[in-house]
Amino acid sequence: MIEAAFSGRLGSFALDAAFRVPARGITALFGPSGCGKTTVLRGIAGLMRLPGGRLRVNEEVWQDGRRFVPPHRRAIGYVFQEASLFPHLSVQSNLTFGLRRHRGPAQIGLEEVVDLLGIAPLFDRPVPLLSGGERQRVAIGRALLSQPRLLLMDEPLSALDRMSKDEILPYLERLHASLSIPVIYISHDIAEVERLADTLVLMEAGRVRAQGPLAELLADPALPLIHMPEPAAVLEGAVIGTDPDYGLSEISVPGGSLVVPGNLGPLGMRRRVRVPASDVSLGRHAPADTTILNALPARIEGAEQTSDHQVTVRLRLGEDGHGAALLARVSRKSWDRLALRAGETVVARLKAVSLADPARDIAPSEPVPPP
Amino acid sequence: MTEGVLFDAAMIETLLLTLKLATVTTLVLLLVGTPLAWWLSRAGGLWKEVVATLVSLPIVLPPTVLGFYLLIAMGPHSPLTAILGRKLSFTFEGLVVGSVVYSLPFVVNPIRNAFEAMGPRPMEVAATLRASPWDAFFTVALPLAAPGIFTGAILGFAHTVGEFGVVLMIGGGIPGETKVLSVTIFDYVETLQWGKAHVLAGGMLGLSFVVILAMMLIERRLNGGKR
Repeated sequence: MIEAAFSGRLGSFALDAAFRVPARGITALFGPSGCGKTTVLRGIAGLMRLPGGRLRVNEEVWQDGRRFVPPHRRAIGYVFQEASLFPHLSVQSNLTFGLRRHRGPAQIGLEEVVDLLGIAPLFDRPVPLLSGGERQRVAIGRALLSQPRLLLMDEPLSALDRMSKDEILPYLERLHASLSIPVIYISHDIAEVERLADTLVLMEAGRVRAQGPLAELLADPALPLIHMPEPAAVLEGAVIGTDPDYGLSEISVPGGSLVVPGNLGPLGMRRRVRVPASDVSLGRHAPADTTILNALPARIEGAEQTSDHQVTVRLRLGEDGHGAALLARVSRKSWDRLALRAGETVVARLKAVSLADPARDIAPSEPVPPP
Repeated sequence: MTEGVLFDAAMIETLLLTLKLATVTTLVLLLVGTPLAWWLSRAGGLWKEVVATLVSLPIVLPPTVLGFYLLIAMGPHSPLTAILGRKLSFTFEGLVVGSVVYSLPFVVNPIRNAFEAMGPRPMEVAATLRASPWDAFFTVALPLAAPGIFTGAILGFAHTVGEFGVVLMIGGGIPGETKVLSVTIFDYVETLQWGKAHVLAGGMLGLSFVVILAMMLIERRLNGGKR
């Protein structure tokens, strides 16, 4: 468990943020610019001493009352928005800066990190001549090699252009899949969060608005996420079958199973799919003749009128409505015509189901092809 | 013009003494100035401004004013003399102390600027990579500030070679002990030995030109060929 509570005034900004998240997987600190995400992350790293802060990571208390562990004694890795490589050191010396200062056996080796992040071709290049994406990869590798027990990332992609982002995201997903270090990841980009996060801490004006599993918060009617222009549900499950002839795979999610294009890997592998609310339509009966592959029974939990003409319907998969959360955005006219109500069971037709993590099936030793 | 030879043992003695003074002074300046510059670049509040002002005073004060107070501070009746058990005025050590005070701003300011230009980020990165503050200072801050430290060293050295007023006030002109180049040139001119004055003055002009040119070239290199 990671338990953090920071409160206090910083100039005119009042911070009062407390959360408790599991010390595994990726936790996203999500919220608009200026809501205090970075301040919280700096507090966790110890780069900023927030008076009245409390911080506990697993069994270790890093801050409480007068106790304050200085940053260099905390087993953290920190990836800043800008790569911040040391310009006076080579790529290799940058990578091993933290590794050389680590006492005890190293869990993560140089070769492993170089493979994972595809850094090998950068070794002979001077740091100032690396591209933004390349620098950020080296910075991530440098942080990993310091043998952190908690990795903190402050919008590591936001300073990059679209292409560099697409270059790095697969590496982050691989990191997620192959290393067991918990990550706290700041982002204000919901697409990034849907792709990477397991747990979400939603921040607003210096406070924590909500915290919990990503899939639950995305569909929570009390939260602003559902009112975003393109809300989506994120479903996770294990691969239960593949059909190489048609190029399809089936994954089982709570309350049903989905047919997804592509070979999603060996049976039992966990994958994540994203279902945009606008790609889900509702009907009272299973469609007879249709090109749609996924039509699943689901129970209506509630509906919000998102605009004058649109309704966002919250559903749970399965006849009994105990499965995964799903969102459907339908026109108000259809909603009224079908006279659907909360508690009713309908058939949700999913027009498009796409992998949220398209790159995870690439073996770690292969180079990642450009998107 | 009364002299015959233009170069004699006394001139060499003066030259060597001047180089020795400038070298020792520069080393002391770096040892004192670098931590001071670091503190000035990181500290906040009124104290920092007060100290920064004190450091910068030699830029505006006439050397005679500075020399006058230094003479009193190092003279036979000062508390400093009581502590040390001997007076520093009219000694080589006294000259070093005076030169350090006089050249302090020329060393501290470039180093401080270099530390400030670096920003807080490199030290934060080092801390998140397990480097203690001392470790980070030596392995990150000093290398990153190297061009500024280099500039400070050259300026401190050149400024010490060229100082006159302070030396005259606290050192006088004891040959081999405190009689440096600038004082010697003054003596030559006063005694109408213009030929010797030409040799020393011309030599200093040439040396200064070479030093500053070299400094600029090396600085350009340290900055990675930018500009």
